[in-house]
Amino acid sequence: MADHSYDFHFVNEVVLPGDIVAEKVKTKQIVVKKIKLKLGPGLRMDKDNIIAYKCGVLREKDSTMFWIDNDQKRYIPVKNDKVVGIVTNRGGESYQVDIGSSMASALPFLAFEGATKKNKPQLKIGDLVYGRLSVANKDMEAELVCTDTNGKANGMGPLKDGFLFTHSLGLTRKLLNPDGAVLKVLGKVFSFESTVGLNGRTWVNSNSSDHTILIVNAIEQSEYMTLSQIKQNVHRLAEGMRE
Amino acid sequence: MKNSKVVISSCEKDFILSCVRSGKRMDRRHTYDYRKLQISFGVDRGHCEVQLGKTRVLAQVSSEVVCPPPNRPSEGQLFFNLELSPMASPAYETGRLSEHTVELNRLLERVYKQSQCIDVESLCIVTGEKVWSIRVDVTVLDDGGNIIDCASIATITALSHFRRPDVSVSGEDVTIYSIEERDPVPLSVHHIPIYVTFAFYDNGALLLVDPTDREESVMDGQMMIAMNVDREICAVQMNGGLSLEADQVLRCSQISAVKVADITELIHKALRVDAEARWEHEIKTYCGG
Repeated sequence: MADHSYDFHFVNEVVLPGDIVAEKVKTKQIVVKKIKLKLGPGLRMDKDNIIAYKCGVLREKDSTMFWIDNDQKRYIPVKNDKVVGIVTNRGGESYQVDIGSSMASALPFLAFEGATKKNKPQLKIGDLVYGRLSVANKDMEAELVCTDTNGKANGMGPLKDGFLFTHSLGLTRKLLNPDGAVLKVLGKVFSFESTVGLNGRTWVNSNSSDHTILIVNAIEQSEYMTLSQIKQNVHRLAEGMRE
Repeated sequence: MKNSKVVISSCEKDFILSCVRSGKRMDRRHTYDYRKLQISFGVDRGHCEVQLGKTRVLAQVSSEVVCPPPNRPSEGQLFFNLELSPMASPAYETGRLSEHTVELNRLLERVYKQSQCIDVESLCIVTGEKVWSIRVDVTVLDDGGNIIDCASIATITALSHFRRPDVSVSGEDVTIYSIEERDPVPLSVHHIPIYVTFAFYDNGALLLVDPTDREESVMDGQMMIAMNVDREICAVQMNGGLSLEADQVLRCSQISAVKVADITELIHKALRVDAEARWEHEIKTYCGG
């Protein structure tokens, strides 16, 4: 192993909570202090060791970034995540939005592009919004905004019609992966809009409810499929619909 | 009905309702279709796991000898305990007995105690002193809708699969034999009642058999009919305060008769396959040892 990298055990293998993934990191850091180590979800420093606190597959990038790919269903808010929420209540200055985490989050009335006191989007209870988490701290109510850091909407805002479905966070990552296959394959066969929230919620809209049902099924089934299987499955579903 | 913490958006509601109205279902089933049912057994007797679509329920039967209450000195006891684990859905919490849990427990208790499908008198060892107490623990592992059907199938299959230790009485002495000494004996199951659930929409105008969790979340009301293979109705429950036409109810009972016949056959088949596997295993160990 090159001297400027960290040596972790179990890379690309399954780890369980409590597994020591790397030892005596701090002492080694003195030697390789040029490169900053980055720990992603599921890993934490415990004295000099790095231990796993989730189960899943340990992944790495450039030998400096490490994280655990795990497939849970419950979402934990992280700052700057883009999520799909459901409006559950309306307060004096903000909407209360359910994002599937343990606590609801707040969406201020003015957190939309170009919103003013007089001119702001009106949302009803049960409406969907696609937004970005601007505040996500432990033990605090998360805050949602529908603008990017420059104040532009950038695709965020209320979602109309269509259908929303929930799935595991692992599938979310697969859908958002630039190499993710299922949305591309589906896009060649059908015309539809979709929004994937990092909180395990995906919204789909198409011309007809038949298409929407089919797209939702294809996405749900794709979770444990290979590329060729996905292609086959989409074509099978599309054939079935034409008959 | 499920008193859910999980919020549902209006677009989901509208979409599912429009699908129901046009006779389409998300999983491409027809209105009267049941989902795929899988029954599997554990190593122990009386351990049964049933999967109905995405819904998964585990039932475990156990037995112990207890002193009967004075008003029923010669009857064995039956206990049912259903738990909704938080693993099944974020709507469920541990330690809190929700209305939904109580309802499901009552439904199970009502059909399996009051329809007398288990012969409780055969569970008596010494009148007024010792009887068998049979306990069924039902755990919902995943909620994909229609828990009660799945739980009832798991419960009755586990009861049919269970074997209690053999006992003998001579004078005052009661001997309980271990599995090695004497083959354990099955409970006497007279008949197999199973719940079939119907979900209603548009004030009872539309109905669906075996609703999924999504379909349950937008329904107006539901009806569960427990029936056995001889078309005897063992329990009926209606939720949601709907008023249905008489022939609608009759139609439901006819549908449930067909479904119950199919499911009972599946249960018998699963039990037979398991019995054969055990028999083969036994022969192997006997010949090998």
